[in-house]
Formats: sequence, C-alpha cells, structure tokens
Amino acid sequence: MPIEVNGKSLETDEEGYLVNLAEWEPEIATIMAKEDDLELTDEHWEIINFLREYYDEYQIAPAVRVLTKAVGKKLGKEKGNSKYLYALFPYGPGKQACRFAGLPKPTGCI
Amino acid sequence: MSESIKKLMYLNRRAPYGTIYAWESLEVVLIGAAFEQDVSLAFVDDGVYQIVKGQDTAEVGMKNFSPTYFALGGYEVTKLYVEKESLEERGLTIDDLMPLTWEDEDDDWAEKDSIRLVSREELAEVMAGQDVVFSF
Repeated sequence: MPIEVNGKSLETDEEGYLVNLAEWEPEIATIMAKEDDLELTDEHWEIINFLREYYDEYQIAPAVRVLTKAVGKKLGKEKGNSKYLYALFPYGPGKQACRFAGLPKPTGCI
Repeated sequence: MSESIKKLMYLNRRAPYGTIYAWESLEVVLIGAAFEQDVSLAFVDDGVYQIVKGQDTAEVGMKNFSPTYFALGGYEVTKLYVEKESLEERGLTIDDLMPLTWEDEDDDWAEKDSIRLVSREELAEVMAGQDVVFSF
C-alpha cells in the first residue's frame, strides 16, 4: 500500500517498507508511527537518525544485536540494550525502526 | 566454548561484480552471524578483488557493496584471511585492500585489524581446522 506524504504517493513493499530509500523524509516516519499508534519522541528520532547514518555508512540495515551494541557504544550503555529499544519500538527496533527510517528490512531478519 | 559452536569458513574466490556470488556470500555471512558461530572469511584467487580499496561501480550498473565489508566487525566477524599468493599474482599488496577492522569491546573498543595475510600453505591449515567451508 502506498504511503501518502506531502501530496505525494510513495510506493511501499508488502510489509510496509519504503521501496525507494531516496524518497524518505522525516514526515514519513511520523505517519508510519501514527499508523502503529506511536508518537515519536526525541528518543525515537535518535534511533531513527542513528539507523540512517548506519545505512549511509555500510549500505545495509543492521541486525538487532548489532544495532543494540552500536547504540550502546554511540549513545551510552543505558540505551544500548533491548529493553530500552523495545520500549521505544514495540514491534522490534530492527523491523519497526528501520521501516520508519526508510531502510529495507534488516539483513538476517526472518 | 560450547560444543554447539561450529567453525564456519566462507571461501570467496570470485571477482565482486559480474556474478552475484560475492554479494550472496556477504549476505549469508551477515545472516549467519546471528547464530553466533565461529565465523571466518577467506579471500583467494579473484576473490581478493572483493576487498580492494576504491571500488567504483558507476559504469557496471551494480550497487557498490564494498562499504558493507566494514560492517563485518560489528557483526563480530573479525577473521578475514587473505591469501598472499593470490595478491601477488595480481600485482596487489595488503595496502591495496580496504583497512577492515573490528572494535574489541573487552579492550575499551580498541580498533584491531581484521585482515590476516596468510600463505597458501597456512590457509590450507586453517581450512583443515574448519567444521564447514562454504565456497562462493
């Protein structure tokens, strides 16, 4: 189902991931979150931006275990654990946060 | 170390572009890394080109996935064996390869080299010590 943002209709795959990464804009995350009954806070954005930077550098979406460790290193131990990340993204920090960030589904996510 | 941990080696022997082997191998490595096995990679023959610096795929119309090799350290894949003879036969040295590293969490995130230059003979020994070798 396409996602409507700022008068444009953007294509998503059958699981709701944006097909063309280049079309991403922050508004998309807000809209996707609303559909999941989530209000995005600064803490959410911190992870979403982190994921976008990770993708930019490595050209892949990280597996949850890798994300957790990398967040711990960059943003501190109190954030680099699954309890913190799942509290922010109840459908999984890998799957849900990557979707909000406009990335493909993490490699190794089945 | 638990007995259920297997030593898995991914053997890469083809050039990065032109066939899908190199990218497929890398994807399998990343997926397999989630199972917390003892994973290593080996680059021999044209496979050494997979980790050469400064790749530019603009003219071949394939995605340049070489940055993804830098992600391996974060996946705790820290042993990348490169066969010395394969490099020499292609006029390459270790300085032509991407500086791939991993960060040791138990050593205050110290950056350590992932690439291990080995002779054909040494690599054969490492291979003999594996439980499984996947050839790509």
